[in-house]
Amino acid sequence: MAEKTKDLLFGPIFDNNPIALQILGICSALAVTSNLSTTVTMCIALTLVTAFSNFFVSTVRNVIPSSIRIIVQMTIIASLVIVVDQFLKAYAYGISKQLSVFVGLIITNCIVMGRAEAFAMKNAPIPSFMDGVGNGLGYSVLLLCLGFVRELFGAGSLFGIQVLPTTADGGWYATNGLLLLPPSAFFLIGFFIWAVRTWKPEQVEEDTFKMKPHTRVSDAF
Amino acid sequence: MAGNKDSVARTLTVAFLVCLVCAVVVATAAVSLRPVQQKNQTLDRRVNILQAAGLYQPGMDVEKAFKTIDRKFVELDTGEYVDEPDSYDQLKAAKDPERSERLDPEDDIAGIKTQADVAEVFLARDDAGKLTRIILPIRGYGLWSTLYGFMALEPDAKTIAGLGFYQHGETPGLGGEVDNPAWKALWQGKKIYDEDGDIAIQVIKGTVDSGTPNAENKVDGLAGATLTSKGVSHLVRFWVGAKGFGPYLQRMQNGEADNGADDDGETGGEA
Repeated sequence: MAEKTKDLLFGPIFDNNPIALQILGICSALAVTSNLSTTVTMCIALTLVTAFSNFFVSTVRNVIPSSIRIIVQMTIIASLVIVVDQFLKAYAYGISKQLSVFVGLIITNCIVMGRAEAFAMKNAPIPSFMDGVGNGLGYSVLLLCLGFVRELFGAGSLFGIQVLPTTADGGWYATNGLLLLPPSAFFLIGFFIWAVRTWKPEQVEEDTFKMKPHTRVSDAF
Repeated sequence: MAGNKDSVARTLTVAFLVCLVCAVVVATAAVSLRPVQQKNQTLDRRVNILQAAGLYQPGMDVEKAFKTIDRKFVELDTGEYVDEPDSYDQLKAAKDPERSERLDPEDDIAGIKTQADVAEVFLARDDAGKLTRIILPIRGYGLWSTLYGFMALEPDAKTIAGLGFYQHGETPGLGGEVDNPAWKALWQGKKIYDEDGDIAIQVIKGTVDSGTPNAENKVDGLAGATLTSKGVSHLVRFWVGAKGFGPYLQRMQNGEADNGADDDGETGGEA
């Protein structure tokens, strides 16, 4: 049992990372990682929502009629997200303003929905909760890496504290503006996936088709 | 559990119960947290007002600093002070046909469609009660979104002392640079009117060469954000113009509108 809980909690970090292997939840990974304080808030919010939505969905999994199961999951997830949003507005107003719509968009985050449907509908509440926390951690690890790189090299700061003196303030570091724009996260996620798959080659998918060598050789002229 | 899990009655019951429980949870959270949220919003607004006026330092006591700022209400057509309740919300009034005016598309360069009859202004004073800043709420359309902000003027009501937006949805890194402190600092000391007294303030494309005539009326455009720059230019011109605070600023310049901190009849209370 202890072994299983450990798997549920830490498996999704590298072995089955929701972003790097399952390729879920990319949109928010692009949107909220331009600085670390919003990233951390988003990670906490998403982990809480995934864990509790898994827990509640799993609790009622035996009474949900299959015809409306998706909408029931959705309702539970949406309610949790609204509660989280209200708490952020009350106790972290500045950050909630920066995150703006992205807290609300946790509702449509594929990780939450995916885990509710794939895991919580078939497992008991406590393992489901652990699975939610685990996937939240997997998401967080990747987001924190992105946030770290993007804020450090994009703005020369970490958590808003200046680390590299930028040229704008008379220092030596010329900031890389691209890193503050969402597309840069795509490149970084690509590098992250590359690194993980080099380390764990079993994650590399088999080719769906093989390229044939050129069969006909002809002179250029 | 007895009965068929997928029967119609069962489906309806489950749907109803899930909705009920979720509604109660959401409503409880929303209602119980509302006072804290409203306090945050007020605080945030005050910080923005102080920032526009250049009076804000991180970590300062906002409540205390705000005690030196008077909130007043101005009838835009005449520029005269009027009384409104403390809870007056200019943006709400702008949406109420009874208390607002629909703008002609020709006049409406800021793209705000309706203008409230009464607007709020904030007057900052020093310890001696002397007027130091006139702070006006402004808003207008940029590229993607309406920008909401404050503009602070020197007591002469002709010189800009600061400008800042507290809400907008412009492109980060391009139009979003309206939040850049270096760009906002460019507004300080710019003159609204040219020598003939016409409104001349504008955001130009590119950089202002300090040698050109009327350089004091011009502000650098944001690189890569032509439409946002234009939007800001228009909204500033709109709000100092005839449909905005024009009449009020006129009265201020003539010395008719400021009758000191001790004036008792017309104070609108504090925000």
